[in-house]
Amino acid sequence: MAILLHSGTRVIVQGITGREGSFHAQQMQLAGTGLVGGVNPGKGGTTHLEVPIFNTVAEAVRETGANATGIFVPPPFAADAIMEAAAAGIGLIVTITEGIPIQDMIKVKDFLKGFPEACLLGPNCPGLLTPGVGKIGIIPQRFASPGPVGIVSRSGTLTYETMAALTDVGMGQSTIVGIGGDPVLGLSFSDAIQLFESDPETTHLAVIGEIGGSDEERAAELLASGTRLRVVAFISGRTAPEGKRMGHAGAIVSGNRGTAKTKEEAFRRAGVAVAETTDEIVELLTKS
Amino acid sequence: MKLLEYQAKEVLSALGVPIPPGRVARTPEEAAAAASDLGPVAVKAQVPVGGRGKAGGIKLAGTPDEARLAAEQIIGMDIKGFRVPLVYCEGALDIGQEVYLGFTVDRDARANVLMLSAKGGMEIEQVAEESPEAIARLYPNPWRGPLDFELNQLAWEAGLGQQARALVPLVKKLYRAITEYDAVTAEINPLVITRQGELVAGDAKLETDENAAFRHRDLEERYGDVLEGDPYEMEAKKRNLTYVSLDGEIGIIGNGAGLCMGTLDLVQRAGGRAANFCDIGGGAKAEVVENALAVILMNPKVRGVLMNVFGGITRGDEVARGLVQARDSLGMSLPLVVRLSGTNQEEGRAILEQNGVAPAASGWEAAQKIVELTR
Repeated sequence: MAILLHSGTRVIVQGITGREGSFHAQQMQLAGTGLVGGVNPGKGGTTHLEVPIFNTVAEAVRETGANATGIFVPPPFAADAIMEAAAAGIGLIVTITEGIPIQDMIKVKDFLKGFPEACLLGPNCPGLLTPGVGKIGIIPQRFASPGPVGIVSRSGTLTYETMAALTDVGMGQSTIVGIGGDPVLGLSFSDAIQLFESDPETTHLAVIGEIGGSDEERAAELLASGTRLRVVAFISGRTAPEGKRMGHAGAIVSGNRGTAKTKEEAFRRAGVAVAETTDEIVELLTKS
Repeated sequence: MKLLEYQAKEVLSALGVPIPPGRVARTPEEAAAAASDLGPVAVKAQVPVGGRGKAGGIKLAGTPDEARLAAEQIIGMDIKGFRVPLVYCEGALDIGQEVYLGFTVDRDARANVLMLSAKGGMEIEQVAEESPEAIARLYPNPWRGPLDFELNQLAWEAGLGQQARALVPLVKKLYRAITEYDAVTAEINPLVITRQGELVAGDAKLETDENAAFRHRDLEERYGDVLEGDPYEMEAKKRNLTYVSLDGEIGIIGNGAGLCMGTLDLVQRAGGRAANFCDIGGGAKAEVVENALAVILMNPKVRGVLMNVFGGITRGDEVARGLVQARDSLGMSLPLVVRLSGTNQEEGRAILEQNGVAPAASGWEAAQKIVELTR
């Protein structure tokens, strides 16, 4: 079953003819993804990686029935690309682009309120991978294997490492979701957890968080209200120094949340096992 | 980019926010000259970090001589790791009331939040904790900005309704820092209401979004060189590295921010102290590895380097070859421990061993090994 990305998902890539877009679109095909087209304004009518290229997302949706997109567009144009996808009726918008201005993303988040069906993943994220089915983004599929463990993470390489370690001990994964490390994000930990909760094939879940924000704390609150999943949490950055702050505005908004300690405590209070190292994530998931 | 107070005030003043008369002084003589023009002044250290008042970075001077003396004491002093490059001499204000006005990005709300409080000044964080209702908040629509009635409501909620007529246009001017400079935090604290009823920015903080720097090259050109930052961080910036200096002895290189932070955690757990955070990104290309090593080795406190790489799409043998090459071309003789895993990890580890680099099977093993080697 998995979440978000299934065998019927019809995927396009925005920015498919760029260096990164092209390379990863090909990797996506190798991972089994149903890639049905690409978008690059001005290159419509051509073919790339054996799929048709369109000038606009709307055209791509009309011609191919695409319902998901991977965005590899450079930062100055990425926010517009996300909104174009939502307006064209795309349901799953995976934004890999790193370095999108924060104010652009705040506008995008407001725009997306008008498109409740559109699910944004990222930006600045590795995307998602359903082993054996396909991927949108850049998660290296060779370390994954199908199975019952869901992974949701803010980090890229830590996720790869965890999934490789799970594969090594024979525990496959249902879907691996990288939500991204930017301050203004689409899908949250809580959103992903709810999706895993209703996926019958997922029985275990690794939540890999980082310092900053309080998405992890909210996820812990959600898990505290009960879950059928066996959950292990890990927070990266417990020894990271506090940023040198200038003003008070940040502290007024975030109060004393957002540290590795508050996040770990929130998970423990919710009855979730907390791993101290990535090796321990696997140990705790495989225990009993 | 974090602007210094005088820079933030220049920017806000250009947007129409009233500021007191003031002048930048790079020498005690310039401070004395400023005081003889402006009258009694506050001599204020210019550093991109809060808490300078408590650190002795602000002195009042009634005469040019006092201003000279104050500047002598403040210029060059160290405030939370920043050497004070210059002072800002600012005319005194006839303070009636001090209020708080600011905005920042609320990550959880995924939106900007404007905040106004009648209880301005240094204790605003305490106010936020003890009586959060004393700080009125508004989440303006990012496409059109705050509307007059919304700001009027904000002023009344903050207990500043009587000043709304003057506050509403002022907040709109501050808000332009978002639309025109991609500010992610801007703060006027205190916003002084003088006895004559005028609003003046007593202090100003402004931080702009690094991701949007491509839209604001002018700011970088105007203010980029004023600050003498950490020399390693400055060098790293030139080489396009994500690097933060820390105060330990073990240099750290990792690919990916999460993995890199995780590596710092492991080093601390093993009893060592990291000298830096350096994320070389997912690709871990040879040239980037060499740049990272070069910056880390500039720091004389570094006694060894730990590199933690997970090769996803990058191949481990390429990473290993690049690393050995970088080490040799830099003539590095300090202990080097590498944890390499992922694609072609066996080939990569073999190359490392043949070249005298100790490979480690896990991040934890690597951390313990480098701590032992640098003890």
